[in-house]
Amino acid sequence: MYVAVKGGERAIDNAHAWLAEERRGDPGVAELGIAQIREQLALAVARVMAEGSLYDPDLAALAIKQARGDLIEAVFLIRAYRTTLPRFGAARPVDTGAMACDRRISATFKDLPGGQILGPTFDYTHRLLDFALAADGMAPPDAPQSEASAGAMAHVTEFLAREGLIQPEAQGSATPRDLTREPLDFPADRPLRLQALARGDEGFVLSMAYSTQRGYGRTHPFVGELRIGTVAVEMDIPELGFAIELGEVVVTECETVNQFTGSRTEPPQFTRGYGLVFGQSERKAISMALVDRALRWEELGEDNVGAPAQDTEFVLYHADNVQATGFLEHIKLPHYVDFQSELELIRRLRAEAIAGQAREAAE
Amino acid sequence: MSVTKPDPETDLRRARLSTLARAPADRLCALFAAYAPQSPAHDLLRPPEIGTVMVRGRAGASGAPFNLGEMTVTRCSVRLASGAVGHGHVQGRAHAAARTAALIDALCQDGQGTAIEAAILTPLRAEAEAARAARATRAAATRVEFFTMVRGDNA
Repeated sequence: MYVAVKGGERAIDNAHAWLAEERRGDPGVAELGIAQIREQLALAVARVMAEGSLYDPDLAALAIKQARGDLIEAVFLIRAYRTTLPRFGAARPVDTGAMACDRRISATFKDLPGGQILGPTFDYTHRLLDFALAADGMAPPDAPQSEASAGAMAHVTEFLAREGLIQPEAQGSATPRDLTREPLDFPADRPLRLQALARGDEGFVLSMAYSTQRGYGRTHPFVGELRIGTVAVEMDIPELGFAIELGEVVVTECETVNQFTGSRTEPPQFTRGYGLVFGQSERKAISMALVDRALRWEELGEDNVGAPAQDTEFVLYHADNVQATGFLEHIKLPHYVDFQSELELIRRLRAEAIAGQAREAAE
Repeated sequence: MSVTKPDPETDLRRARLSTLARAPADRLCALFAAYAPQSPAHDLLRPPEIGTVMVRGRAGASGAPFNLGEMTVTRCSVRLASGAVGHGHVQGRAHAAARTAALIDALCQDGQGTAIEAAILTPLRAEAEAARAARATRAAATRVEFFTMVRGDNA
Protein backbone atom coordinates (compact mmCIF):
# COMPACT_ATOMS: atom_id res chain seq x y z
CA MET A 1 0.00 0.00 0.00
CA TYR A 2 1.35 3.40 -0.94
CA VAL A 3 0.23 6.31 1.19
CA ALA A 4 1.06 9.81 -0.02
CA VAL A 5 1.79 12.24 2.74
CA LYS A 6 1.75 15.97 2.23
CA GLY A 7 3.05 18.63 4.52
CA GLY A 8 6.09 20.42 5.75
CA GLU A 9 6.10 23.14 3.08
CA ARG A 10 6.49 25.92 5.60
CA ALA A 11 9.18 24.02 7.50
CA ILE A 12 11.08 23.48 4.23
CA ASP A 13 10.83 27.14 3.22
CA ASN A 14 12.06 28.21 6.61
CA ALA A 15 14.90 25.67 6.50
CA HIS A 16 16.01 27.10 3.13
CA ALA A 17 15.88 30.64 4.49
CA TRP A 18 18.05 29.63 7.41
CA LEU A 19 20.41 27.80 5.05
CA ALA A 20 20.88 31.04 3.10
CA GLU A 21 21.67 32.86 6.32
CA GLU A 22 24.11 30.20 7.45
CA ARG A 23 25.76 30.19 4.02
CA ARG A 24 26.45 33.89 4.41
CA GLY A 25 27.82 33.38 7.91
CA ASP A 26 28.62 36.35 10.10
CA PRO A 27 27.51 39.46 8.16
CA GLY A 28 30.33 41.33 9.87
CA VAL A 29 32.79 39.29 7.78
CA ALA A 30 33.24 40.30 4.11
CA GLU A 31 31.33 38.13 1.62
CA LEU A 32 33.33 35.83 -0.66
CA GLY A 33 33.27 36.81 -4.33
CA ILE A 34 33.18 34.25 -7.16
CA ALA A 35 36.44 35.64 -8.52
CA GLN A 36 38.08 35.18 -5.11
CA ILE A 37 37.09 31.52 -5.05
CA ARG A 38 38.20 31.03 -8.67
CA GLU A 39 41.59 32.64 -8.08
CA GLN A 40 42.40 31.64 -4.50
CA LEU A 41 40.73 28.22 -4.15
CA ALA A 42 41.82 27.13 -7.61
CA LEU A 43 42.42 23.49 -6.70
CA ALA A 44 38.92 23.13 -5.24
CA VAL A 45 37.60 24.69 -8.45
CA ALA A 46 39.68 22.20 -10.46
CA ARG A 47 38.23 19.27 -8.56
CA VAL A 48 34.65 20.44 -9.07
CA MET A 49 35.29 20.89 -12.80
CA ALA A 50 36.91 17.46 -13.12
CA GLU A 51 34.24 15.52 -11.24
CA GLY A 52 31.43 17.75 -12.50
CA SER A 53 32.69 16.99 -16.04
CA LEU A 54 32.33 20.63 -17.05
CA TYR A 55 35.23 23.00 -17.58
CA ASP A 56 34.09 26.46 -16.49
CA PRO A 57 36.03 27.95 -13.55
CA ASP A 58 33.43 30.65 -12.82
CA LEU A 59 30.58 28.16 -12.64
CA ALA A 60 32.60 25.82 -10.44
CA ALA A 61 33.43 28.73 -8.11
CA LEU A 62 29.74 29.65 -7.92
CA ALA A 63 28.85 26.05 -7.12
CA ILE A 64 31.45 25.97 -4.32
CA LYS A 65 30.00 29.14 -2.84
CA GLN A 66 26.43 27.85 -3.08
CA ALA A 67 27.44 24.49 -1.57
CA ARG A 68 29.20 26.22 1.33
CA GLY A 69 32.43 24.50 0.35
CA ASP A 70 30.92 20.98 0.17
CA LEU A 71 32.71 19.87 -2.99
CA ILE A 72 30.52 16.85 -3.72
CA GLU A 73 27.42 19.04 -3.42
CA ALA A 74 29.15 21.50 -5.77
CA VAL A 75 29.86 18.69 -8.26
CA PHE A 76 26.16 17.76 -8.06
CA LEU A 77 25.17 21.37 -8.86
CA ILE A 78 27.51 21.45 -11.87
CA ARG A 79 26.24 18.10 -13.18
CA ALA A 80 22.65 19.33 -12.86
CA TYR A 81 23.44 22.58 -14.68
CA ARG A 82 25.29 20.73 -17.44
CA THR A 83 22.19 18.74 -18.32
CA THR A 84 20.36 21.99 -19.16
CA LEU A 85 22.85 22.93 -21.90
CA PRO A 86 22.76 21.82 -25.53
CA ARG A 87 25.91 20.10 -26.74
CA PHE A 88 27.31 21.70 -29.89
CA GLY A 89 29.58 18.80 -30.69
CA ALA A 90 32.79 17.06 -29.79
CA ALA A 91 36.25 18.55 -30.05
CA ARG A 92 39.24 16.84 -31.59
CA PRO A 93 41.30 14.99 -28.97
CA VAL A 94 43.59 17.47 -27.20
CA ASP A 95 47.28 17.28 -28.10
CA THR A 96 49.03 17.02 -24.74
CA GLY A 97 52.40 16.87 -26.53
CA ALA A 98 51.83 20.54 -27.45
CA MET A 99 50.95 21.48 -23.86
CA ALA A 100 52.23 24.78 -22.46
CA CYS A 101 53.62 23.12 -19.34
CA ASP A 102 53.54 24.73 -15.90
CA ARG A 103 55.00 21.54 -14.50
CA ARG A 104 56.62 18.53 -16.07
CA ILE A 105 58.53 15.89 -14.18
CA SER A 106 59.68 12.35 -14.81
CA ALA A 107 60.53 9.76 -12.20
CA THR A 108 62.21 7.55 -14.80
CA PHE A 109 64.63 9.83 -16.65
CA LYS A 110 66.64 12.43 -14.78
CA ASP A 111 68.02 14.23 -17.83
CA LEU A 112 65.08 14.20 -20.17
CA PRO A 113 64.95 16.73 -23.03
CA GLY A 114 63.14 19.83 -21.78
CA GLY A 115 64.19 19.08 -18.24
CA GLN A 116 62.44 18.55 -14.94
CA ILE A 117 60.17 21.53 -14.32
CA LEU A 118 58.74 21.64 -10.83
CA GLY A 119 56.06 24.31 -11.32
CA PRO A 120 53.93 25.67 -8.47
CA THR A 121 54.07 22.49 -6.39
CA PHE A 122 53.41 21.67 -2.72
CA ASP A 123 56.22 19.08 -2.94
CA TYR A 124 59.27 20.06 -0.87
CA THR A 125 57.19 22.39 1.34
CA HIS A 126 57.52 21.51 5.01
CA ARG A 127 53.79 21.30 5.65
CA LEU A 128 54.07 23.78 8.48
CA LEU A 129 51.16 26.15 8.88
CA ASP A 130 52.10 29.55 7.49
CA PHE A 131 50.67 32.11 9.86
CA ALA A 132 51.79 34.91 7.54
CA LEU A 133 48.78 33.92 5.38
CA ALA A 134 46.49 34.76 8.30
CA ALA A 135 47.55 38.40 8.03
CA ASP A 136 45.67 40.48 5.47
CA GLY A 137 47.25 42.40 2.64
CA MET A 138 50.43 40.37 2.32
CA ALA A 139 51.36 40.27 -1.38
CA PRO A 140 53.81 37.47 -2.17
CA PRO A 141 57.13 38.51 -3.73
CA ASP A 142 57.28 38.12 -7.52
CA ALA A 143 58.24 34.61 -8.57
CA PRO A 144 61.64 34.46 -10.29
CA GLN A 145 61.66 34.11 -14.06
CA SER A 146 64.10 32.53 -16.49
CA GLU A 147 64.25 32.37 -20.22
CA ALA A 148 61.92 29.66 -21.46
CA SER A 149 63.01 27.27 -24.18
CA ALA A 150 60.78 27.47 -27.23
CA GLY A 151 58.96 24.51 -28.68
CA ALA A 152 56.88 21.66 -27.40
CA MET A 153 58.22 19.05 -25.01
CA ALA A 154 58.11 15.49 -26.26
CA HIS A 155 56.53 12.82 -24.05
CA VAL A 156 58.91 10.50 -22.24
CA THR A 157 57.03 7.50 -23.59
CA GLU A 158 57.98 8.60 -27.12
CA PHE A 159 61.64 7.95 -26.31
CA LEU A 160 60.76 4.45 -25.14
CA ALA A 161 58.49 3.91 -28.13
CA ARG A 162 61.27 4.82 -30.54
CA GLU A 163 63.23 1.80 -29.29
CA GLY A 164 60.14 -0.37 -29.23
CA LEU A 165 60.47 -0.71 -25.47
CA ILE A 166 56.86 0.22 -24.67
CA GLN A 167 53.58 -1.08 -26.02
CA PRO A 168 52.11 1.16 -28.72
CA GLU A 169 48.58 2.41 -28.02
CA ALA A 170 45.68 0.94 -29.99
CA GLN A 171 43.90 3.56 -32.10
CA GLY A 172 40.28 2.72 -31.28
CA SER A 173 37.10 4.30 -32.60
CA ALA A 174 36.95 7.98 -33.57
CA THR A 175 33.70 8.32 -31.61
CA PRO A 176 34.17 6.90 -28.12
CA ARG A 177 31.23 5.70 -26.07
CA ASP A 178 29.89 8.38 -23.74
CA LEU A 179 28.50 7.39 -20.37
CA THR A 180 26.76 10.74 -20.01
CA ARG A 181 24.65 9.85 -23.05
CA GLU A 182 24.07 6.12 -22.67
CA PRO A 183 23.81 3.94 -19.59
CA LEU A 184 27.04 2.39 -18.34
CA ASP A 185 27.17 -1.00 -20.03
CA PHE A 186 29.60 -3.88 -19.71
CA PRO A 187 32.05 -4.95 -21.00
CA ALA A 188 33.41 -1.41 -20.74
CA ASP A 189 36.21 -0.68 -23.21
CA ARG A 190 39.20 1.41 -22.20
CA PRO A 191 37.89 4.77 -23.49
CA LEU A 192 34.72 4.32 -21.44
CA ARG A 193 36.74 3.34 -18.36
CA LEU A 194 38.97 6.39 -18.78
CA GLN A 195 35.90 8.65 -18.97
CA ALA A 196 34.48 7.13 -15.79
CA LEU A 197 37.80 7.49 -13.97
CA ALA A 198 38.33 11.07 -15.17
CA ARG A 199 35.02 12.11 -13.55
CA GLY A 200 35.26 9.66 -10.66
CA ASP A 201 35.61 10.70 -7.05
CA GLU A 202 39.19 11.64 -6.25
CA GLY A 203 39.12 9.86 -2.89
CA PHE A 204 37.72 6.67 -4.37
CA VAL A 205 40.16 6.56 -7.28
CA LEU A 206 43.03 7.35 -4.89
CA SER A 207 42.08 4.48 -2.58
CA MET A 208 41.72 2.04 -5.47
CA ALA A 209 45.16 3.08 -6.77
CA TYR A 210 46.66 2.81 -3.29
CA SER A 211 45.25 -0.69 -2.91
CA THR A 212 47.19 -1.80 -6.02
CA GLN A 213 50.39 -0.39 -4.52
CA ARG A 214 49.76 -2.31 -1.32
CA GLY A 215 49.48 -5.57 -3.20
CA TYR A 216 45.85 -5.94 -4.27
CA GLY A 217 46.62 -6.22 -7.98
CA ARG A 218 50.14 -4.88 -8.08
CA THR A 219 51.20 -3.23 -11.39
CA HIS A 220 54.76 -2.01 -10.64
CA PRO A 221 54.24 1.56 -11.83
CA PHE A 222 56.84 4.22 -12.50
CA VAL A 223 55.67 7.75 -13.18
CA GLY A 224 57.16 8.07 -16.64
CA GLU A 225 55.85 11.58 -16.82
CA LEU A 226 53.56 13.97 -15.05
CA ARG A 227 52.66 17.25 -16.70
CA ILE A 228 50.31 20.10 -15.88
CA GLY A 229 49.54 22.89 -18.29
CA THR A 230 47.31 24.40 -20.92
CA VAL A 231 46.13 22.70 -24.10
CA ALA A 232 44.05 24.15 -26.92
CA VAL A 233 40.60 22.69 -27.65
CA GLU A 234 39.93 22.52 -31.38
CA MET A 235 36.65 21.62 -33.06
CA ASP A 236 35.43 21.33 -36.64
CA ILE A 237 32.72 23.92 -37.20
CA PRO A 238 30.27 22.74 -39.88
CA GLU A 239 29.11 26.22 -40.93
CA LEU A 240 32.73 27.26 -41.48
CA GLY A 241 33.98 24.06 -43.08
CA PHE A 242 37.17 24.04 -41.03
CA ALA A 243 38.36 23.65 -37.45
CA ILE A 244 39.04 26.50 -35.04
CA GLU A 245 40.33 26.64 -31.51
CA LEU A 246 37.37 27.18 -29.20
CA GLY A 247 39.44 27.84 -26.14
CA GLU A 248 41.96 26.24 -23.84
CA VAL A 249 41.82 24.07 -20.76
CA VAL A 250 44.28 23.32 -17.99
CA VAL A 251 44.79 19.58 -17.59
CA THR A 252 46.99 17.24 -15.59
CA GLU A 253 48.36 14.20 -17.36
CA CYS A 254 50.13 11.17 -15.92
CA GLU A 255 51.72 8.41 -17.93
CA THR A 256 52.94 5.42 -16.02
CA VAL A 257 55.44 2.90 -17.28
CA ASN A 258 54.64 -0.53 -15.91
CA GLN A 259 56.08 -4.00 -15.98
CA PHE A 260 56.35 -6.08 -18.97
CA THR A 261 54.26 -8.10 -21.20
CA GLY A 262 55.62 -10.36 -23.91
CA SER A 263 55.01 -13.63 -25.65
CA ARG A 264 56.67 -16.20 -27.86
CA THR A 265 56.31 -13.86 -30.84
CA GLU A 266 56.65 -10.49 -29.08
CA PRO A 267 59.75 -9.60 -27.08
CA PRO A 268 59.08 -8.07 -23.65
CA GLN A 269 57.79 -4.49 -23.57
CA PHE A 270 56.80 -2.02 -20.90
CA THR A 271 53.07 -1.42 -20.55
CA ARG A 272 51.21 1.79 -19.84
CA GLY A 273 48.67 3.37 -17.55
CA TYR A 274 47.14 6.73 -18.32
CA GLY A 275 45.53 9.52 -16.36
CA LEU A 276 44.13 12.81 -17.64
CA VAL A 277 41.98 15.22 -15.64
CA PHE A 278 40.73 18.77 -15.90
CA GLY A 279 42.67 21.29 -13.84
CA GLN A 280 45.68 20.86 -11.63
CA SER A 281 45.29 17.58 -9.78
CA GLU A 282 48.24 15.25 -9.87
CA ARG A 283 46.93 13.08 -7.03
CA LYS A 284 43.92 12.29 -9.19
CA ALA A 285 45.91 11.90 -12.43
CA ILE A 286 48.42 9.46 -10.91
CA SER A 287 45.60 7.52 -9.23
CA MET A 288 43.71 7.31 -12.51
CA ALA A 289 46.79 5.97 -14.31
CA LEU A 290 47.30 3.24 -11.72
CA VAL A 291 43.67 2.15 -11.79
CA ASP A 292 43.60 2.30 -15.60
CA ARG A 293 46.60 -0.02 -15.67
CA ALA A 294 45.09 -2.42 -13.11
CA LEU A 295 41.86 -2.65 -15.12
CA ARG A 296 43.84 -3.66 -18.23
CA TRP A 297 44.78 -7.05 -16.77
CA GLU A 298 42.66 -8.99 -19.23
CA GLU A 299 43.92 -7.44 -22.48
CA LEU A 300 47.50 -7.75 -21.20
CA GLY A 301 47.05 -11.43 -20.38
CA GLU A 302 47.59 -11.06 -16.64
CA ASP A 303 46.00 -13.13 -13.90
CA ASN A 304 42.88 -11.88 -12.19
CA VAL A 305 43.95 -12.14 -8.56
CA GLY A 306 40.51 -11.02 -7.41
CA ALA A 307 41.74 -7.56 -6.42
CA PRO A 308 39.06 -4.85 -6.18
CA ALA A 309 41.02 -2.61 -8.59
CA GLN A 310 40.88 -5.35 -11.25
CA ASP A 311 37.09 -5.56 -11.07
CA THR A 312 35.79 -3.20 -13.77
CA GLU A 313 32.18 -3.35 -12.63
CA PHE A 314 33.12 -2.71 -9.01
CA VAL A 315 35.35 0.24 -9.88
CA LEU A 316 33.08 1.87 -12.46
CA TYR A 317 29.84 1.40 -10.53
CA HIS A 318 31.28 2.93 -7.37
CA ALA A 319 33.54 5.73 -8.68
CA ASP A 320 30.82 8.34 -9.16
CA ASN A 321 30.29 10.39 -6.02
CA VAL A 322 27.04 11.99 -7.20
CA GLN A 323 25.43 8.60 -7.83
CA ALA A 324 26.83 7.25 -4.58
CA THR A 325 25.64 10.24 -2.57
CA GLY A 326 22.18 10.12 -4.11
CA PHE A 327 21.65 6.51 -3.20
CA LEU A 328 23.31 6.77 0.18
CA GLU A 329 21.48 9.88 1.29
CA HIS A 330 18.06 8.88 0.02
CA ILE A 331 17.70 6.63 3.06
CA LYS A 332 17.38 9.70 5.27
CA LEU A 333 14.22 10.75 3.43
CA PRO A 334 10.83 9.66 4.84
CA HIS A 335 10.35 5.89 4.77
CA TYR A 336 7.42 5.98 7.22
CA VAL A 337 5.27 3.39 5.46
CA ASP A 338 8.14 0.96 4.75
CA PHE A 339 9.16 1.23 8.36
CA GLN A 340 5.57 0.82 9.60
CA SER A 341 5.40 -2.62 7.97
CA GLU A 342 8.74 -3.60 9.52
CA LEU A 343 7.45 -2.43 12.88
CA GLU A 344 4.29 -4.54 12.58
CA LEU A 345 6.34 -7.55 11.53
CA ILE A 346 8.77 -7.34 14.43
CA ARG A 347 5.93 -6.88 16.93
CA ARG A 348 4.20 -10.00 15.60
CA LEU A 349 7.46 -12.03 15.64
CA ARG A 350 8.19 -10.92 19.17
CA ALA A 351 4.65 -11.74 20.32
CA GLU A 352 4.92 -15.22 18.77
CA ALA A 353 8.33 -15.82 20.34
CA ILE A 354 7.17 -14.71 23.78
CA ALA A 355 4.06 -16.85 23.50
CA GLY A 356 6.24 -19.81 22.48
CA GLN A 357 8.52 -19.34 25.50
CA ALA A 358 5.50 -19.12 27.80
CA ARG A 359 4.13 -22.38 26.36
CA GLU A 360 7.46 -24.17 26.87
CA ALA A 361 7.66 -22.89 30.46
CA ALA A 362 4.12 -24.13 31.15
CA GLU A 363 4.97 -27.63 29.80
CA MET B 1 38.55 18.16 -42.26
CA SER B 2 36.56 19.23 -45.26
CA VAL B 3 39.22 21.73 -46.40
CA THR B 4 42.05 19.90 -48.09
CA LYS B 5 44.08 22.43 -50.06
CA PRO B 6 45.80 25.25 -48.21
CA ASP B 7 44.01 28.54 -48.62
CA PRO B 8 45.52 31.73 -47.16
CA GLU B 9 42.09 33.33 -46.64
CA THR B 10 40.89 30.33 -44.67
CA ASP B 11 44.10 30.19 -42.64
CA LEU B 12 43.72 33.85 -41.76
CA ARG B 13 40.09 33.39 -40.75
CA ARG B 14 40.87 30.27 -38.74
CA ALA B 15 43.62 32.10 -36.85
CA ARG B 16 41.35 35.09 -36.28
CA LEU B 17 38.42 33.05 -34.97
CA SER B 18 40.75 31.04 -32.72
CA THR B 19 42.15 34.23 -31.20
CA LEU B 20 38.65 35.66 -30.67
CA ALA B 21 37.44 32.41 -29.03
CA ARG B 22 40.23 32.51 -26.44
CA ALA B 23 40.15 36.26 -25.74
CA PRO B 24 38.94 37.50 -22.34
CA ALA B 25 35.30 38.52 -22.94
CA ASP B 26 35.55 42.01 -21.45
CA ARG B 27 38.71 42.81 -23.34
CA LEU B 28 37.24 41.64 -26.65
CA CYS B 29 34.12 43.78 -26.19
CA ALA B 30 36.16 46.82 -25.12
CA LEU B 31 38.49 46.61 -28.15
CA PHE B 32 35.52 46.25 -30.49
CA ALA B 33 33.70 49.20 -28.88
CA ALA B 34 36.81 51.31 -29.45
CA TYR B 35 37.04 50.15 -33.08
CA ALA B 36 33.34 50.55 -33.88
CA PRO B 37 31.66 52.93 -31.37
CA GLN B 38 28.41 52.49 -33.36
CA SER B 39 27.84 48.74 -33.55
CA PRO B 40 27.10 47.94 -37.22
CA ALA B 41 23.48 47.10 -38.10
CA HIS B 42 22.98 43.36 -38.33
CA ASP B 43 20.46 40.51 -38.19
CA LEU B 44 20.94 37.69 -35.76
CA LEU B 45 20.96 34.49 -37.80
CA ARG B 46 21.57 32.64 -34.56
CA PRO B 47 21.17 34.61 -31.33
CA PRO B 48 23.91 34.09 -28.75
CA GLU B 49 23.52 30.58 -27.39
CA ILE B 50 25.34 28.90 -24.50
CA GLY B 51 26.17 25.24 -24.87
CA THR B 52 28.93 22.74 -24.36
CA VAL B 53 31.58 20.98 -26.37
CA MET B 54 32.86 17.56 -25.37
CA VAL B 55 36.60 17.72 -24.77
CA ARG B 56 38.45 14.52 -25.62
CA GLY B 57 41.79 13.03 -24.75
CA ARG B 58 43.62 10.00 -26.08
CA ALA B 59 44.52 6.90 -24.08
CA GLY B 60 48.26 7.14 -23.45
CA ALA B 61 48.25 10.56 -25.19
CA SER B 62 48.44 8.85 -28.59
CA GLY B 63 45.81 6.09 -28.61
CA ALA B 64 42.04 5.74 -28.68
CA PRO B 65 40.03 8.93 -28.09
CA PHE B 66 37.95 9.12 -24.89
CA ASN B 67 35.55 11.69 -23.46
CA LEU B 68 37.26 13.77 -20.81
CA GLY B 69 34.41 16.16 -20.00
CA GLU B 70 32.63 19.13 -21.50
CA MET B 71 33.47 22.82 -21.58
CA THR B 72 31.13 25.78 -21.94
CA VAL B 73 31.03 27.64 -25.24
CA THR B 74 28.85 30.50 -26.49
CA ARG B 75 28.15 30.87 -30.21
CA CYS B 76 26.38 33.43 -32.36
CA SER B 77 25.87 34.09 -36.09
CA VAL B 78 25.09 37.47 -37.66
CA ARG B 79 24.41 38.94 -41.10
CA LEU B 80 25.33 42.52 -41.92
CA ALA B 81 23.22 44.76 -44.17
CA SER B 82 25.77 44.04 -46.94
CA GLY B 83 24.91 40.34 -46.69
CA ALA B 84 28.24 39.36 -45.09
CA VAL B 85 27.79 36.55 -42.58
CA GLY B 86 29.90 36.07 -39.46
CA HIS B 87 30.16 33.19 -37.01
CA GLY B 88 31.45 33.75 -33.49
CA HIS B 89 32.43 31.16 -30.89
CA VAL B 90 33.91 32.01 -27.50
CA GLN B 91 34.88 29.90 -24.51
CA GLY B 92 32.66 30.21 -21.47
CA ARG B 93 29.27 31.85 -21.02
CA ALA B 94 29.53 35.23 -22.72
CA HIS B 95 26.65 36.42 -24.91
CA ALA B 96 28.13 39.82 -25.72
CA ALA B 97 31.55 38.38 -26.58
CA ALA B 98 30.05 35.74 -28.92
CA ARG B 99 28.04 38.41 -30.72
CA THR B 100 31.12 40.64 -30.94
CA ALA B 101 33.19 37.77 -32.36
CA ALA B 102 30.48 37.13 -34.98
CA LEU B 103 30.38 40.81 -35.93
CA ILE B 104 34.15 40.92 -36.25
CA ASP B 105 34.10 37.82 -38.46
CA ALA B 106 31.40 39.37 -40.65
CA LEU B 107 33.18 42.72 -40.93
CA CYS B 108 36.35 40.90 -41.98
CA GLN B 109 34.38 39.22 -44.80
CA ASP B 110 33.27 42.74 -45.72
CA GLY B 111 36.68 44.23 -46.46
CA GLN B 112 37.63 45.48 -43.00
CA GLY B 113 40.03 42.63 -42.31
CA THR B 114 43.23 44.68 -42.35
CA ALA B 115 41.88 47.42 -40.09
CA ILE B 116 40.42 44.90 -37.65
CA GLU B 117 43.62 42.85 -37.57
CA ALA B 118 45.49 45.99 -36.50
CA ALA B 119 42.90 47.34 -34.06
CA ILE B 120 41.68 44.15 -32.38
CA LEU B 121 43.56 40.98 -33.30
CA THR B 122 47.10 42.31 -32.93
CA PRO B 123 46.59 43.57 -29.34
CA LEU B 124 44.69 40.39 -28.38
CA ARG B 125 47.52 38.21 -29.70
CA ALA B 126 50.14 40.31 -27.96
CA GLU B 127 48.28 40.07 -24.65
CA ALA B 128 47.76 36.31 -25.00
CA GLU B 129 51.45 35.88 -25.79
CA ALA B 130 52.44 38.01 -22.79
CA ALA B 131 50.23 35.91 -20.51
CA ARG B 132 51.70 32.71 -21.94
CA ALA B 133 55.25 33.99 -21.59
CA ALA B 134 54.62 35.08 -17.99
CA ARG B 135 53.83 31.47 -17.09
CA ALA B 136 56.52 29.93 -19.29
CA THR B 137 59.29 32.03 -17.75
CA ARG B 138 58.11 31.23 -14.23
CA ALA B 139 58.03 27.54 -15.15
CA ALA B 140 61.53 27.80 -16.62
CA ALA B 141 62.80 29.23 -13.31
CA THR B 142 61.64 26.03 -11.57
CA ARG B 143 63.66 23.81 -13.90
CA VAL B 144 65.95 21.55 -11.91
CA GLU B 145 69.69 21.90 -12.50
CA PHE B 146 71.24 18.66 -11.35
CA PHE B 147 74.79 18.62 -10.17
CA THR B 148 76.88 15.69 -9.12
CA MET B 149 78.05 15.56 -5.52
CA VAL B 150 81.82 15.15 -5.39
CA ARG B 151 82.70 12.42 -2.94
CA GLY B 152 85.07 13.44 -0.23
CA ASP B 153 88.37 11.76 -1.07
CA ASN B 154 90.77 10.44 1.49
CA ALA B 155 93.92 11.89 -0.01
